[in-house]
Amino acid sequence: MIHAKYKTGLVFFPAFDWAISPTHPEREERLLYTQDQVFEEGLFDIEGIEEYKPDLVTVKDVQRVHFCVPDVWNVMTESHFISAGGAKTIGMAVLDRQVEKGFALVRPPGHHAMRVVHGARGFCNVNIEAIMIEFLREAYNIDRVAIVDTDCHHGDGTQDIYWHDPDTLFISIHQDGRTLYPGSGFPNELGGPNALGTTLNIPLPPNTSEDGFLYVIKNVVMPILEDFKPDIIINSAGQDNHFSDPITNMNFSAQGYAALTEMLKPDIAVLEGGYSIEGALPYVNLGIILAMAGIDYSKVKEPAYDPGSIRQTHSVTRMIEKTGEIVLSLWRQRERKKNKILKSKDFDERRRNIFYDTDGIHESQREKIRLCKNCSGAYKIDSTSDLGYHILAVHIPRKGCRECKELGYRWYDSTNEDNFDIAFLQDRTEDKYLEHDFRK
Amino acid sequence: MIIGLDVGGTHTDVVLLGTEGLIKEVKVTTDPSNLFNSVLSGLEKITEGIEPENIHRIVLSTTLTTNAIVQKKFPEVGMIVSGGPGLDPELFRSNRHYYPVSGSIDHRGREIEPVDSKEIKKIAKRFKKEKIRLVGVVCKFSVRNPDHELKIYEILKDSFEKIFLGHRISGNLNFPRRIATTFLNAAVYPIHKEFYEAVQKSLEKKGLVLPIRILKADGGNMNFNSSIDFPGQTILSGPAASVMGSVAFSSEDEDTLIMDIGGTTTDMSILINRVPLLDPIGISLGSYKTLIRSLDTLSIGVGGDSAVKIKNGKLQVGPQRLGPALAFGGPVPTPTDALFVLKEMNNGDREKSVNGLRELAKELRLSVEDTASMIFEFTCRKILSEAEKMINRINAKPVYTVHELQEGYKVTPKKILVLGGPAPCFARYFEKISDYKARAVPKWTVANAIGAALARTTCEVIFFADTQRKIAIAPAENFLINIKENFDSSDAVKNAFDLLRQKALQRGSDSDHLEMEVLENMQFNMVRGFYTAGKNIRVKVQVKPGLINGYDDIIVNLTRRS
Repeated sequence: MIHAKYKTGLVFFPAFDWAISPTHPEREERLLYTQDQVFEEGLFDIEGIEEYKPDLVTVKDVQRVHFCVPDVWNVMTESHFISAGGAKTIGMAVLDRQVEKGFALVRPPGHHAMRVVHGARGFCNVNIEAIMIEFLREAYNIDRVAIVDTDCHHGDGTQDIYWHDPDTLFISIHQDGRTLYPGSGFPNELGGPNALGTTLNIPLPPNTSEDGFLYVIKNVVMPILEDFKPDIIINSAGQDNHFSDPITNMNFSAQGYAALTEMLKPDIAVLEGGYSIEGALPYVNLGIILAMAGIDYSKVKEPAYDPGSIRQTHSVTRMIEKTGEIVLSLWRQRERKKNKILKSKDFDERRRNIFYDTDGIHESQREKIRLCKNCSGAYKIDSTSDLGYHILAVHIPRKGCRECKELGYRWYDSTNEDNFDIAFLQDRTEDKYLEHDFRK
Repeated sequence: MIIGLDVGGTHTDVVLLGTEGLIKEVKVTTDPSNLFNSVLSGLEKITEGIEPENIHRIVLSTTLTTNAIVQKKFPEVGMIVSGGPGLDPELFRSNRHYYPVSGSIDHRGREIEPVDSKEIKKIAKRFKKEKIRLVGVVCKFSVRNPDHELKIYEILKDSFEKIFLGHRISGNLNFPRRIATTFLNAAVYPIHKEFYEAVQKSLEKKGLVLPIRILKADGGNMNFNSSIDFPGQTILSGPAASVMGSVAFSSEDEDTLIMDIGGTTTDMSILINRVPLLDPIGISLGSYKTLIRSLDTLSIGVGGDSAVKIKNGKLQVGPQRLGPALAFGGPVPTPTDALFVLKEMNNGDREKSVNGLRELAKELRLSVEDTASMIFEFTCRKILSEAEKMINRINAKPVYTVHELQEGYKVTPKKILVLGGPAPCFARYFEKISDYKARAVPKWTVANAIGAALARTTCEVIFFADTQRKIAIAPAENFLINIKENFDSSDAVKNAFDLLRQKALQRGSDSDHLEMEVLENMQFNMVRGFYTAGKNIRVKVQVKPGLINGYDDIIVNLTRRS
């Protein structure tokens, strides 16, 4: 008899009847072989591994995180409600202490979905981790959350959502943005002025293998987590760093993913990308589940695994060590830098153009945030897309102060049919979500 | 005429059925140390004065293999197991002579590492030295490609009495369960074979020359010949017998909860539109999790003879049974005694029940009658609350498609059928304390034997095709063919139905009334690069569990008389 050392909950939702398009990497078949492996290993029979049926998220759960344009139903399919719901189900199982650890093995993924959503980016429509986290913050007594994104692609959506939140530490480890979609995620992306330093990016050179990933977790991520002292640790567990992944250039392995999981000890893992559906996913998922549950994973090796042939070069090792030093020093300087900016002005603005590669939508954004000493600051986003929508989205943070709250409502109330199609307000202090559709 | 026989822990029930109804019923005491005598004396009594040629069907449900497994009375079995990437096969060790070997197959059925025939021969030698005659061979993913199991079989086949291959048990994926089930099949094979051959011989001596049928855990039967390769399928057929005995009295368009209230336990199960709900993977018995198809049943430690006591001021019923009720000379008060006190039952010594409950009444500061009411209501509530938990568990079963999650069937029984125990009393109380409609199954004391008699022959076929690898396989049917690229799921269903028909007839089905259905039909496009490289097809079909055709009148008559 096998016993899990840590009671572990799993939501397995492969969405066998949902695809972005028939030949898209994000298609019905993606978790088929993972299911076969997980079933054949008899994982759900192991004492201490519990399988949960996903609940659906509610519209409010989505509105708590996103401004969906024109509305929630237009940017989500049933599968997104279930996928985000799977993460939520696992989050609840962990915080209700039914299990110690949880893994949402769901699709479609979410880490490229940003605060404002006009459509799908990088196979993602809504951010399933963020929807889970904000639900958990509302329903349970948790405050500080750390998200470690180990997908090969920069988690730019999660970064965007938590850009201004000093209570959420977001660390993304990914293939260098100069060589891979979405092209962002450099160490100098540190978060907005009110939350400087709680966004951290660790780009790794192509061909990074086990040594590099584990070095970064051990020497960079773990010390930072120790400083930050999160209430829970979430792992955005993308599996596309695998040496056999067809759309990336890294050299990670099932053994490596399992060791990473063992080191990071996430409370909750959520599946993100990973498109080597035969050669990697069945073994990587198995390795992650066993590592989470504290069961021996030493024999989980993909048939093509040959550690010698994928070992990283010395120059890769040196680059990784250098990046690690930079990130650590940025982390140490964060308070000083933040205070300097906060003293310099009352508002901060940024303009951005965002491309939704999956749906082919161009969005342009103007964002304005109040720099605030008492809270993480109200902000508004003026967004237009080439679908023809022009919206204003106002966010009042969870611990928003009175001034920021009043400012948020003033911004929201000053919109009219002359300047916007739709105005949205997220009042996280009261868990209240308003919208005014001026087209009606 | 049909004979149905069900061996229970205390009684062996036997019925003789004709088209006109229940002709005869017999109860004999079960002697656990000599089941053969119990079965034979039951059969003798029921056939007394009946012309052998009038009997055309005999179905037996016994506890033979179940007991052997629970008591671990096993012969030595040699197990050869190959794993490959994943959990260490050593973790699934079934017995002493258990040998993990090299060789592996991946999830698509491709060979990763070949069988090492030298290694196998060495182990075979060791088995011979240990005088092992029964061998089990199980490889991971053998249901995707049985090649390794077959290669090992070729090496061993002339040296052992019987060899059990993992892929022949079930097409379902679950390596640890495949190991356990293969081991159990091998381990109960000798006792099963010996027992039923002896029964068959005794019947022949009486002039009853017809193949006996044996009830399975899924509520269907198979003939003795088919059972020889899969004796494990006969475990836990008792609960299945009871459920089949209730089928005819359940609603056609509603879910029904079946409660078989025994002395020690209550077994519960669900009928959906008269079809029993099956366990999605396989039955568990003791520490063994198996791939044996079975009804989804829950057994709880509350029954008519459960010991009643007060612990820390609180009433406690079960889980132990220390003997029969006080009214029948037992040692401690039981729910049955409560029924005596309440004058719901009268075929025993009520005085003893009253005396026994008096002690409890004192402690509870209630009258003896109120105490009895409390005990019985408490027992009924406990059973109902466990039933609710079972229903919740069934409804919480994960699904893997958006469609199923949205349209998924929710089990919501509104009716309870009770058998065993003093069924009518329980039925009345269930109605009183809940919103369920409850009634006792007609002829509730022998409904289990009637169920065994009237159960259909059932089986399933799991079919898998991979058009990129150009193979189609139904592992348990010993079926493997090469297919063309244009093979699709409708071809798969057609093939699966053909195999199912063959299998059902071989197991003893009536060819005119085969109710076959598709349980699962999934087809995935396998895309490599930007092109569809093939289709991955998974089909599961079954003969629907239910009652044999042409005995509707029996049911009508049973209802009329009770």
